[in-house]
Amino acid sequence: MGVGIKVERLNAWFGKTQALYDITMEAPANHATAIIGPSGCGKSTFVRCLNRMHETVPDARATGKVQIGELDVYNGTSAVQVRRRIGMVFQKPNPFPTMSIYDNVAAGLKLNGFHDHARLNEIVERSLKLSALWDEVKDSLRKKSGASLSGGQQQRLCIARALAVEPQVLLMDEPCSALDPISTGKIEELIFQLKEKFTIVIVTHNMQQASRVAEFTGFFLLGKLIELDKTEKIFTTPSDKRTEDYITGRFG
Amino acid sequence: MPETTTATPDFAAAPISLWRRGVNSFATLAAACAVILVLLPLGAVFGYLVYKGIGSINWAFLTQTPKPVGEAGGGMANAIAGSAFILLIASTIGVPIGIGAGIYLAEYGRNQFGNVIRFTADVLNGVPSIVVGIVAYAIVVLTQGHFSALAGGVALAIMMIPTITRTTEEMLLLVPNAVREAAYGLGVSRWRTTLSITLRTATSGVITGVMLAFARVAGETAPLLFTAFGNQYWNWKINQPTAALSLQIFTYAISPFDEWHRQAWAGALILIVLIVFAVSAVRIVASRGMLKGAN
Repeated sequence: MGVGIKVERLNAWFGKTQALYDITMEAPANHATAIIGPSGCGKSTFVRCLNRMHETVPDARATGKVQIGELDVYNGTSAVQVRRRIGMVFQKPNPFPTMSIYDNVAAGLKLNGFHDHARLNEIVERSLKLSALWDEVKDSLRKKSGASLSGGQQQRLCIARALAVEPQVLLMDEPCSALDPISTGKIEELIFQLKEKFTIVIVTHNMQQASRVAEFTGFFLLGKLIELDKTEKIFTTPSDKRTEDYITGRFG
Repeated sequence: MPETTTATPDFAAAPISLWRRGVNSFATLAAACAVILVLLPLGAVFGYLVYKGIGSINWAFLTQTPKPVGEAGGGMANAIAGSAFILLIASTIGVPIGIGAGIYLAEYGRNQFGNVIRFTADVLNGVPSIVVGIVAYAIVVLTQGHFSALAGGVALAIMMIPTITRTTEEMLLLVPNAVREAAYGLGVSRWRTTLSITLRTATSGVITGVMLAFARVAGETAPLLFTAFGNQYWNWKINQPTAALSLQIFTYAISPFDEWHRQAWAGALILIVLIVFAVSAVRIVASRGMLKGAN
């Protein structure tokens, strides 16, 4: 089951440059929340703060409170523990190139010391079925490298890899920006099904995509969250002028 | 770029001028000549070694220890084994240290301290091998009180370390950051990511670096002169003087005896063949685990 996300006064910096200003928001459990906004507005930085990936960049830091279910992300929890509960899918598919398809999916569990083969087989199959890749790869699970798949397949492999560790929240940072329309369609369909099991936060440049997959949408501009509301409301009657300007294409 | 696709049709249809075709052929020819110039010395050296050495290679040469001056026959078996023994010691010391230092430089060394290590490694790479031999003499031979295989191994290890360190660093830096992030995103700790993901992704490059270093020191003579020292009999003790092919070749080549000269040629041929064999064997073993489509 997914859990809700609560963010309070989140600030983030790259060195001396502030990237996020006092973000306060909530994302409800088992729903998809889309994050939209022009390039450089802090969308990616924001999701990377939710699982503490932000701090892997040299000189980057963040302050504030992030609560994922019962888990206080920035207080008394190690980054490693946080990331085991929060899966992440990146903009560019990034399978482990020297690993087989099977090992890619099992990587999160194996590298954390889980070696029960029967259980692993089960989890790999389930995760690949969940990410709608099973039928395409079931005959070459251990023979082919993750890097040998097509772009869209690689991205679904990365989703399967994130699902295998059974996270409660799935963060997706522009998961379709490098994919063709057919692969994009498959992944959007997938997001729809995944909502039953996970809470999803998806960053996207594509406003149609936001309206297709997400119940809630937040609009970011220059490091600030301008507004967050039901997706229909954001796209039909936004309460802020800047949101309206952006979605009607007046800037960005 | 979009500009080039809008080229006018008559430009695309125009025949390629004689001048351009000439330049093209010339460039191809020049590149081919360069390849030949590079391969020629290698072929010449190997061919000459075979011509001079093959006649003296026989079963006795490969299985017997040297005979006293004046007696015919005898071989370099102890030197072949000694070389392998010293190289094993050198690799055991040099490979882990070199790879470890390379990992530090690539993953943690983006700072002043890292720059100092990088500079030191580059300087160490340029230190003449005889000087490395003196250092190993000072730290191992003098403290132990006698020449030994260990001293020779240490000298060769010191020579291997900078090459392995720098190539390991380069190869790890070639691994896209996205791959590390993927592992972090799964909740894998940093050290585990470095060992199981980054290093594993860079394996074939790291092995190339190790084999380069290995092949380079395998034929070194100077650092062994007053460390391993050489001898005329079998030795498997790490703290005893040990024969090495390069030392044996050196001793035989400067001797006044024709029989020894012939054996020196044969030894040189064996040395080259063994290096090629060792490097290929490691390559084959390392590529066995490779998957279809892996890069």
